[in-house]
Amino acid sequence: MKFLDEFRDAEKVKILVDQIHSLDPPPINIMEVCGSQTHTILRYNLEELLPKNINLIHGPGCPVCVTPIEIIDKAIYLSQNEDVIFTSYGDMLRIPGSQSSLLEAKASGTDIRIIYSPLDAIRLAQENPHNKVIFLAIGFETTAPANSSAIIIAQQSLLNNFFVLCSHVLIPPAVEALLSSELIKLNGLLAPGHVCTVTGTSWCEDISDKYKIPISVTGFEPVDILEGILITAKQIISDEHHTSNQYKRVVTRNGNITAQKIINKVFGICDRNWRGLGEIKNSGLKLRDEFSNLDAEKVFELNSIKHHEDERCIAGEILQGLKKPFDCKIFGNECTPTNPVGAPMVASEGACAAYYNYQAI
Amino acid sequence: MDCPTPKNEFDKILLAHGSGGSLTNKLIRNLFIRHFDNDLLNTEHDGAVFNLNGTNIAFTTDSFVVNPICFPGGNIGELAVNGTVNDLAMCGAKPLYLSASFIIEEGFELDKLELIVSSMKDSSNKCNVQIITGDTKVVEKGKGDKIFINTTGIGIVHNSVDLNPMNVKTGDKIILSGTIADHGIAVLSARENLSFESKIESDTAPLNDLVDTMLSVTKNIHVLRDPTRGGIASTLNEIASKAKAGVLINENKIKINNAVKAACELLGLDPLYIANEGKLICFVTPDDAEMLLIEMKKHPLGKNAEIIGEVIDDYKSKVILRTSIGTKRIVDLHSVEQLPRIC
Repeated sequence: MKFLDEFRDAEKVKILVDQIHSLDPPPINIMEVCGSQTHTILRYNLEELLPKNINLIHGPGCPVCVTPIEIIDKAIYLSQNEDVIFTSYGDMLRIPGSQSSLLEAKASGTDIRIIYSPLDAIRLAQENPHNKVIFLAIGFETTAPANSSAIIIAQQSLLNNFFVLCSHVLIPPAVEALLSSELIKLNGLLAPGHVCTVTGTSWCEDISDKYKIPISVTGFEPVDILEGILITAKQIISDEHHTSNQYKRVVTRNGNITAQKIINKVFGICDRNWRGLGEIKNSGLKLRDEFSNLDAEKVFELNSIKHHEDERCIAGEILQGLKKPFDCKIFGNECTPTNPVGAPMVASEGACAAYYNYQAI
Repeated sequence: MDCPTPKNEFDKILLAHGSGGSLTNKLIRNLFIRHFDNDLLNTEHDGAVFNLNGTNIAFTTDSFVVNPICFPGGNIGELAVNGTVNDLAMCGAKPLYLSASFIIEEGFELDKLELIVSSMKDSSNKCNVQIITGDTKVVEKGKGDKIFINTTGIGIVHNSVDLNPMNVKTGDKIILSGTIADHGIAVLSARENLSFESKIESDTAPLNDLVDTMLSVTKNIHVLRDPTRGGIASTLNEIASKAKAGVLINENKIKINNAVKAACELLGLDPLYIANEGKLICFVTPDDAEMLLIEMKKHPLGKNAEIIGEVIDDYKSKVILRTSIGTKRIVDLHSVEQLPRIC
C-alpha cells in the first residue's frame, strides 16, 4: 500500500540498521515522545535491531494515558444523567477512573456511544433534541482542530443540547517539563510527527537551542523511526544539537496554519493536570468564554466530584521515561488490559499496553 | 486507602466477554465448563464429535446477533447458515441438517424477515443442507435488537478423519485459505457508517466444499479451524495452547485486501484480531502442504491460500510473528475488544 509499504520495507530497514551500528554509539538515551511511535517500536520489536547502547525511552505522548483521572470521573458522572448521551473516542472507554471506567458505566446502562468524529456527536445532538449530548474532547494538537471545528458548527447552528467536556493538552510544555527535570538525562528526542504536522517545527528548534538537545521530527513507520534514531544519534556523537525533519512528507516548518487558527479561535491556554505527571503550566486548552454555553464544566455542577488514584501505579515514572513497564510490580499480574490499574495499560499507544500486547522475545 | 481498581473479576457481563479473547475463554472455562463438565465439551472445539452406532457425528450450535443485520456481502441469515455449516466442516464433517431459531423484536418488518429467511434457504441450498426444525419467539419492542438467530447443525464426520490440536506436530505447515479481516471491517463500516473509497465486503461463505476437496487430497490434516471472532490471532493461540506447540507465522505471507488494510490503519485496529466468516486455517504435515496448497488454490474459496507459517519446537503454547522487517514478537490472546484509537 502506497505511503505505508515503502516505510515498512525490510531492505530499507536493514540499510538503516547497518548505518546505525556503524556509528558505534556510546550509551545514549533517546526518547520517542509520541505513543504511536512507542507502538511501532514494540509492534515491530525495533529494539532487537538496535545497538545495545541505544536506550529508547518512551515518552508521555499518549493522549489517553495523560487525561487526568478527574476528567474520567466527571465523564462517568455526566453519563449517569438520564437525559445525557455521552460520546467519546473508543479507547477512552476502558481508562480507569477512581471507581470504574466509562465501559463499566456503559455496561451498567448509561448511554455512552463510541464516535469516530466530533461531527458524529453533533449529528446525535441534532437527531436527539430532547437529550443532552456531551462530547469528551481530549487529545493533543492533533485532535484539537477537528474538535474546534465541531464546536464552531454547534455554536453557529444554535444547537442548545451539545456540550463539551474538554481536556486537551499541548505537547511542547510537556517536553520542556521533561527536559527541565533533573531526574532523567535525555541525549536526543524523536518529536511527534503528527503534532508537528499541525504546529510546525519552530517549537522544536527553540527547544533544541534552549536545552542543547538534538531533535528529529519523526514519523510512525519502522523506516521513519530508524531514520529518526540515525539522525539523532549522529548529532549526539558529533555534539550537535539542532532540529531535523525526518517526516518531510507530511510536516512543514510552519505547520497547518488553518488548523492553528481554528484552535486559537475556540481554545485558550490553561494550566492542565497530566495523569501521572501532575500539573504542567500552560499545557492545556480550555474553551474560550464565548463558547462557555457549550462548556460542560460550566453548564453542569461538577466541582464536588472527588478523585483518587491507585498508588500502586507507576505511570508517572513510566511516562517520564524513568522506569519501564517491566519495572512495575503489578505489570502483567494485577494490572493487565482486562483489569487496567493505570491508563498506560489501556490505550494501544500506552507504553504498558504496548509492552503487554507486543512482547519481544 | 480505598482500592478503586482493579476488580479481579467483573461482576457484570461486558461486551468483551463475547469478543473471543481471553475474557470469553475465562467465562467458558470458569462457568460453563465448570458446571457442564464432560469429556466432549471439555475438548473446547467448534463442535462436539461423538460416536453413534459406529458413525462419528458432529454437532454444533451458534447464535447470530450481528448489527447491522444487512451488511456489504451478506446478511444475518446467510451468516447463520454458513457459520454453523463451517463449524461442522471444521470437525471434518459433512453437514446434513440444521435447526433455526428466531428471536424477533416486536415491530420488525416482515419484508426484512422474508429477505433473511430466503437468504437462509439459498445458503442452505449452496451447502446442500436442509433446515428441518425451528422455533420462533417474539419479544417486546426494546427487549431485543431486531432479530437474533440461532442455528444448530448436525453432520457425519468423514471416514478416518481425526482433526484435533493434539495431533499437531513440530514441522507441520500452517495454511490460511485467503485474506483476513474482511468480515469484521465490513460489518464495522456498515454499523458506524464509515464510507471508504473501495467497497469492503464480508467474506461470509460456506467452507464445506473446500474442506471436502482438502480431505480428499490428503489424510494428513491435523487441525482445521475457521478464525471467526477474535481473528487468526485468537484461533492460532487456541491451537498452540491446546497442542502445547510453538506456532511461528510470517507477517509477509498473511494477505489482507488493500481497502481492509487501509481501514485497519485508519482505525488503529490489528487485522490479526478481526473476524473472518469464510476463511479457514489448516495444520498439515510438511510433506503434503505444497500439494494441498495447489489443490486449495483451484477452489474459488481457496484461491488466495498461502502457507503462512509452521509449528516449531520452541515457544511452546505461544504464537510468534516474524514481522515484515524480519524481527520477532509474541502474538498474544487479546483480553478485551479492540477499540478504535483516538489518533
